Amino acid sequence: MKAFKRYALRLQRKKYLVRAWRKSRALRVVADRTNAIGPQDVLCFCTLRNEKVRLKYFLSYYRDRGISHFLFVDNDSNDGSREYLAEQDDCSVWTTPESYKRARFGMDWINRLLRLYGHRHWCLVVDPDEFLVYPFSDTRPIPALTDWLDASSIKSFGAMILDMYPKGAITAQPYEEGSDPFQIACWFDPGNYVIQRNWQYGNLWIQGGPRARTFFTDAPAKAPALNKIPLVKWHKSYAYASSTHMLLPRGLNLVYDEWGGEKTSGVLLHAKFLDTFSTKAREELERRQHYAASAEYKAYHAGLSENPDFWTKWSERYINWRQLEILGLMSKGNWA
Amino acid sequence: MSSLGFVMLCHTALHRAAQVARHWAERDCPVVIHVDRQVKRSRYDDFRRELADLENVRFTKRLRCEWGTWSLVQASQSAAELLLAEFPGVRHVYLASGSCLPLRPVDELQAYLAARPMTDFIESVTIRDVDWTVGGLNDERFKLRFPFSWKRHRFLFDTYVDLQRRVGYRRQLPDGVVPHLGSQWWCLTRQTLTAILQDPRRRELERFFSLVWIPDESYYQTLVRNYARTIESRSLTLSKFDFQGKPHVFYDDHLHLLRRSDCFVARKIWPKANRLYNTFLTDDAAISRMAEPAPGKIDRVFSRALERRTRGRPGLYMHSRFPNPDWENGKTAAPYSVFHGFNDLFLDFEGWLSRRLGTVVHGNIFDPRRARFAGDAPTYAGGLSSSATMRDYNPEHFLTSIIWNTRGERQSFMFGPRDSQKIGAFLAADSNAQISVITGAWAVQLYLSNRNFADIRQEAALLQRREVEFVNTLRHVKSRADIRIWTLAEFIEEPMENLQSILDATEGANALRLTEAPRMADLSGFAAFLQSLKNQGMNPMTVGDFPQEGHAHRPPVDRNRPYLVN
Repeated sequence: MKAFKRYALRLQRKKYLVRAWRKSRALRVVADRTNAIGPQDVLCFCTLRNEKVRLKYFLSYYRDRGISHFLFVDNDSNDGSREYLAEQDDCSVWTTPESYKRARFGMDWINRLLRLYGHRHWCLVVDPDEFLVYPFSDTRPIPALTDWLDASSIKSFGAMILDMYPKGAITAQPYEEGSDPFQIACWFDPGNYVIQRNWQYGNLWIQGGPRARTFFTDAPAKAPALNKIPLVKWHKSYAYASSTHMLLPRGLNLVYDEWGGEKTSGVLLHAKFLDTFSTKAREELERRQHYAASAEYKAYHAGLSENPDFWTKWSERYINWRQLEILGLMSKGNWA
Repeated sequence: MSSLGFVMLCHTALHRAAQVARHWAERDCPVVIHVDRQVKRSRYDDFRRELADLENVRFTKRLRCEWGTWSLVQASQSAAELLLAEFPGVRHVYLASGSCLPLRPVDELQAYLAARPMTDFIESVTIRDVDWTVGGLNDERFKLRFPFSWKRHRFLFDTYVDLQRRVGYRRQLPDGVVPHLGSQWWCLTRQTLTAILQDPRRRELERFFSLVWIPDESYYQTLVRNYARTIESRSLTLSKFDFQGKPHVFYDDHLHLLRRSDCFVARKIWPKANRLYNTFLTDDAAISRMAEPAPGKIDRVFSRALERRTRGRPGLYMHSRFPNPDWENGKTAAPYSVFHGFNDLFLDFEGWLSRRLGTVVHGNIFDPRRARFAGDAPTYAGGLSSSATMRDYNPEHFLTSIIWNTRGERQSFMFGPRDSQKIGAFLAADSNAQISVITGAWAVQLYLSNRNFADIRQEAALLQRREVEFVNTLRHVKSRADIRIWTLAEFIEEPMENLQSILDATEGANALRLTEAPRMADLSGFAAFLQSLKNQGMNPMTVGDFPQEGHAHRPPVDRNRPYLVN
């Protein structure tokens, strides 16, 4: 890579950091328990708006897997999410009424919190509907993974978003607070993903899955990106460039092997398509706060009212991480 | 007093080290512990306090230890000297680390050693015969000097190694030293160990080894060859290394694997693996048989991990495996067949082939309107959409996904000049592709179509151009597919023989001769059709030398019914 291109990326990274500082001035502390963070703790960062119904399961899922502290940015919820989180002993909460879109879809806020609290910690950045599955996730907590990554001098861990959906109309089975969403949305597409390389940032760009085949058949290039790098040994000079799809410096994006081998990787199970989705889609469509003029939500809205069923006879029912490994959706790499 | 003593080198997770030391000490085995100087004073004091009640636990002077340097050998030397001096009853000294965990009761280990009182257990492999090391330096470990830390001064380390290589520097080996390498975790007899530690030449040898790369894997391993009576060249400590030479870590879910290994001690254990520590640091002898350690039982798991990390699964493209071109170890996951022009010439060729092979046979999956999956399904394995736009967005991944999603089930599909041609180069370069081509077969469909001749002529020109391009791709010097090409004229001379030759080369197709032939399109009048194409200035050359009507070739008499050969 040419020197000036490298320098341009450096400037861009600095710009993101300054921008994060600027945008974060709108954050107001609701509960700050960051003093309780220990030096070895794995932290979870999350932006949300009106996700109360999901939070109970989200917290218990990640607590069970060894996350020590949660840092939330609440974007003006009015369903009690903020109050609920503020009561939790292991959560720190900030809130802001500012535009989600103008904070680069919340990334500016998160970048700022990462810089302030994530330095030298393993940091997991997820949405409230994303659940990390990694090799041996049924028997080993996330700190086992991060210890191993540390020992291997690996700084970032890649995971692909896997859209989970129920069989039949998504409104058929209502989701109850605290229950496992994957009891309802337990199906996924095992093998219809396409990958391209993003040469500028060095990351992979993955598209496909049920959303692409249902809503984007005519414009596959517009289908949402599924590649994510949610777990990073953070340094204060790092910055997420676009959602958690890619980072700067670009070396962190190299979570894949280029010489035929497989690196260790995971999957983010995406519990988006529950009965809560239609309401959410309608709301987001009105707010116009999502990526690419909410094109995704427009497509969902149109698609879901016509044909609300993602299920095909080739859908796989989720069992465990080993199944995902065999299907080639994630890899143990050399972690045994 | 026990005849077995332990030397422990600790630097992290001291509470676990304390647990293990206590386990051994309470079972009457003296333990001498070296704690890395880099551990904070307060933590070290806590650690000592934790073990203060045990009188057969000693601590040596703390040295600053760094991986790959002489300091580790020094630490083990001083600890071993202390152990031998303070506990005269000790016959075997076992070198362990703070992240080791005993897997079998100490009594069993003692009994095992007591039965072999003069045997030294140390992996010691001569570097001449075996590439023991992982990555790079092997005999250069002994032939170059390594004064710089690899961990802290990587640049100096690399530059200095490079410099020595360039100027051809070679160190002189001391007399009587035959370099050997092996795992740094050993169990030596008092006799051998004292011989090494009290060697009159010890200073000279130390001077040599202190500049060797990773001396803790070579110092004892080399010198033991000069003194030991009986060497068992294996470590009693189960320790596995990955492709970067870093030890594999054991977790709670390895419990059964570790039990089955019958090894005495394992390394390294994840400090938070509570279940392992709780299970193995007890006295209930779950296995009180005198089994030989069998680390091989575990090997399979770890060698598979190595294979997965370095070679990966052929034909898989995913978010942590995206090989550069030509590094795929197989562009696709399994062999598959491509039939070009066959369904133009034969009627219901897919159906016939499917019956014949007993597998799924697709139509033209690269059809410009939509992917013709078997049975014209709207989606196929893995959730692939039949949408042409989706497919053409990334035709390579469309194909690799089909093959990956149907592993274990051979795939065949039709192809032709009417299809989207972008996949051509990929097919040609894929060694899993078996491509059979009948050139000029597109003319048969044109002949049978009810269209204006001007349109036919135009389309014929287009199809021929595309076909020539495809055939040229196949004939490219870089193509690696299994390729058969016939012109239409050649093919119909001996259709059954030719089909048979394809099926013979198809893995999994049973070896029986063909009995049922596919129905061929009616070709009477075809020669005249070709002639009129020629007369219009469009030479259908890829058809080959098609015989004129009434000459050599006569289509089978009853073309509408399958016929039998043999």
